[in-house]
Amino acid sequence: MKIGAPKELAKGEARVALTPDSARFIQKLGHDCLIESGAGAAAGFDDDAYRSAGVTVVDGAEALWTQAEVVIKVREPEEAEAERLREGQTLISFFWPAQNEALLEKCRAQGATVVAMDMVPRISRAQKMDVLSSMANIAGYRAVIEAGNNFGRFFTGQVTAAGKVPPAKVLVVGAGVAGLSAIGTATSLGAVVRAFDVRPEVAEQIESMGAEFLFLDFDESQDGAESGGYAAPSSPEFREKQLECFREQAPDVDIVITTALIPGRPAPKLWLEDMVEAMKPGSVIVDLAAEKGGNCDLTKPDEKVVTDNGVTVVGYTDYPSRMATQASLLYATNLRHMLTDLTPEKDGKIVHDMEDDVIRGSTVTHAGEITFPPPPPKVKAIAAAKPKPKEKEPTPEEKRAAEHAAFKAQTKRQVGLLGVGGALMLLLGQVAPVSFMQHFIVFALACFVGFQVIWGVSHSLHTPLMAVTNAISSIIILGAILQIGSGSFLVVLLSAISVLIASINIVGGFQVTRRMLAMFQKS
Amino acid sequence: MLGQGFVSAASIAASVLFILSLGGLSNQEKAKRAVWYGIVGMAVAVFFTAFGPGIGGYWWMVPMMIIGAAIGAYVAKKVDMTEMPQLVAALHSFVGLAAVFVGWNADLERRRVLATQLAESSTEGFSAFAALVATKNPAELMFLQIEVVLGVFIGAVTFTGSVIAFGKLAGKVDGKPRQLPGGHLLNAGAAALSLLLAILYLSGAGFWTLLLMSLLAFFIGYHLIMGIGGADMPVVVSMLNSYSGWAAAAIGFTLSNDLLIVTGALVGSSGAILSYIMCKAMNRNFVNVILGGFGGSQGPAAEIEGEQVSIDAGGVASALNDADSVIIVPGYGMAVAQAQNAVSELTRKLRSAGKNVRFGIHPVAGRLPGHMNVLLAEARVPYDIVLEMDEINDDFPETDVVIVIGSNDIVNPAAQEDPNSPIAGMPVLKVWEAKQVFVCKRGQGTGYSGIENPLFFKENTRMFYGDARKSIDDLLPLVD
Repeated sequence: MKIGAPKELAKGEARVALTPDSARFIQKLGHDCLIESGAGAAAGFDDDAYRSAGVTVVDGAEALWTQAEVVIKVREPEEAEAERLREGQTLISFFWPAQNEALLEKCRAQGATVVAMDMVPRISRAQKMDVLSSMANIAGYRAVIEAGNNFGRFFTGQVTAAGKVPPAKVLVVGAGVAGLSAIGTATSLGAVVRAFDVRPEVAEQIESMGAEFLFLDFDESQDGAESGGYAAPSSPEFREKQLECFREQAPDVDIVITTALIPGRPAPKLWLEDMVEAMKPGSVIVDLAAEKGGNCDLTKPDEKVVTDNGVTVVGYTDYPSRMATQASLLYATNLRHMLTDLTPEKDGKIVHDMEDDVIRGSTVTHAGEITFPPPPPKVKAIAAAKPKPKEKEPTPEEKRAAEHAAFKAQTKRQVGLLGVGGALMLLLGQVAPVSFMQHFIVFALACFVGFQVIWGVSHSLHTPLMAVTNAISSIIILGAILQIGSGSFLVVLLSAISVLIASINIVGGFQVTRRMLAMFQKS
Repeated sequence: MLGQGFVSAASIAASVLFILSLGGLSNQEKAKRAVWYGIVGMAVAVFFTAFGPGIGGYWWMVPMMIIGAAIGAYVAKKVDMTEMPQLVAALHSFVGLAAVFVGWNADLERRRVLATQLAESSTEGFSAFAALVATKNPAELMFLQIEVVLGVFIGAVTFTGSVIAFGKLAGKVDGKPRQLPGGHLLNAGAAALSLLLAILYLSGAGFWTLLLMSLLAFFIGYHLIMGIGGADMPVVVSMLNSYSGWAAAAIGFTLSNDLLIVTGALVGSSGAILSYIMCKAMNRNFVNVILGGFGGSQGPAAEIEGEQVSIDAGGVASALNDADSVIIVPGYGMAVAQAQNAVSELTRKLRSAGKNVRFGIHPVAGRLPGHMNVLLAEARVPYDIVLEMDEINDDFPETDVVIVIGSNDIVNPAAQEDPNSPIAGMPVLKVWEAKQVFVCKRGQGTGYSGIENPLFFKENTRMFYGDARKSIDDLLPLVD
């Protein structure tokens, strides 16, 4: 199949759907790659780079759309591009089918199959094609960079000869992929990072990235598993509590990065005007939800505004495109994985398997029909969070009582054992000759010493222990030595054999132990 | 000739040296010194006993010792570390056989002395052990017989048991549990018959009773160990280790030799503790292991959902390159495939890339207590990164990649999660808590115990099929 990537038409879009790297992999699947001349220029890939990767460079969008059987793009198609789709052609790109019904209908009418990369279901297997995550990752990183660009101080705290610099305090609202990425970037720059999310189960992830989780003590917390790992709208009471928490933070923090989005709804307003007013001059707010109206009251999409009290509010919506090279590399890789799934035999033939969860979920038009919304995937995205059982702390009295009871039981058992053992000894003493009892004392004490000593042996030395005890147990040779001087030939013969095999054992056992121990070495 | 005082002093010295030798095994550095205590102790014991009062037969003794020592040194030098389990088992069998012979001798001497005493001729001419027997009174002789019975019986069981264990470990005897028709009833019958013969013997019957009892004990040792499967060998070998000690102690009583008693008791308790540790690590009791087979399952095992997803060397390598912390969990499969050197090389590479690489060892991994530690040490893996189960089990959640090489039951989550599983309650390495698990395994089988392992079906598990050594070798060039 011929797979072609046209130049993006959307204004300011610098990304490209095919990189020289991804082209090499796609060719391995048996496909041919085409690219429109100049398509990768804005992302830092010139035509020659593509040529050396074996990609055919085509002049003009018209020619590319005619030649390619599969068109791969970043943004959803423009009106003019949708016109060019033809029956049997496949388009793979971002599509946002829920927001673009007219476009969806248009594509269906043209008879094309459309795979929406934004619709890839959130299951483990499909993570490698999850473009939303890879783009959000970039957005989170870039948000911190933008904030730093507009912030007048260091992120990291320093004590220098020229004075002490306090670390910047960063608050990240919403710990999705973008939020976590922002947390990671800000912590590695040295800032003190706090983060908030309505889903308590992400606390662990937040802490693992090095931020402090702002904990809201509220019964009605959300379980993200119900909605495939995304947040859902919260109740008014919860919202109040949340805003109260933010109001407390506002005067303290220097940088706020908001990433709160609820699928299919306008972004929730979380950073109100009064909070902006409470912030210190020079503070920065980066609103990653600007495209959906913004989390901050003062956000203006695609603009940077400075408020009267000197707070900068950044409302850009094109963070991935601002890092076009990185974004293109990641997007192209996600897309290549999708193509790999679509080409199961690696023979250059696309098989559109509508039984496959991932392919079914992301296909929005196929065979002249609209296939959106997809049925729920067969595999559940994320295991439901288990409620944490609360274990009751035992009171000091209860603890002491339990310890006392255990001590008593142990004493009873020991005394019992000693009693029984003593009685047995006494009985034995009645019948056994004195010489036997003397040996028996030695035996009992040796057993005790053995038990005490062996518990101290390191687990890793159990094999050498066996080898050495084995060598020592050939002390039986003494028995044979004591008998070998006998007058009876049979006795002498048996003793001689015993001496022989015990000697093998002594030398072999010790030798092998030494060999083993010599191997153990420290790093 | 040295006097009795010398011999007794030497016994005390040797006992102390043996205790120090075992106690010194508490850590790797001390152990290197400790083994010398053992060697010196043994040398002292043998030398002073051999040149003590009333010993003769040097023309037999010295050549035999030299030949034996030569054979021992040769075998110990030649043996591969992977063959260690069978070597240890083979050496146990020698102790068992020696105990049987010494026991028989004791009885033969007793009879000879009694016969002479009955004939009322002089006992002056007796040398060595016979001279000692001649001084005993009837009660003491009775006890001597009991001690002989115990020593011979335990020794005989140890002998054939160890021979079979050797065969199983060396792959010369089928590793599967196998019994003659009649099963444990046959063992019980043989034991009852032995008891009967022992009573006959004690009440004065001829030497044949002792001989016959020995044969029955030989059979019990054979049949008992035949019925135990390969994976339970750690318990079996430590049990036989224990028995060889008890046999020596019993013989010590017979010969009225305290050094034998002390040493036998030390070895016996050491083996007993090892068996206990192994059984605890499998959450089974000793009797259950020895009588063989898994029991106690109360219902169908939980159904396993999901599929086993395989991965190639490239995938494993890229995960390893991205990981910061790696834990390797080796099992018997690593020993079988002789993969320890490849694993060591992989460890070295990963460590030089600044990754935190550690090993998690389950107490019953392999066929001998501490088997994995020895193999890894041989392959020059530093021992301070080789950790016990309890030391490492809490670290799995913070680990990026776990590689399971040739182990199965010891990483089976069913032991913790499914109360109906045959291994429910057994402590296992919680590898599934790590971010990613790669299982290096020959094929899709269930392994020794025949228990399905839900680990293989977990979402964060990838199966890396193939021979362990080849798989790791394939991996090496891809890791940077």
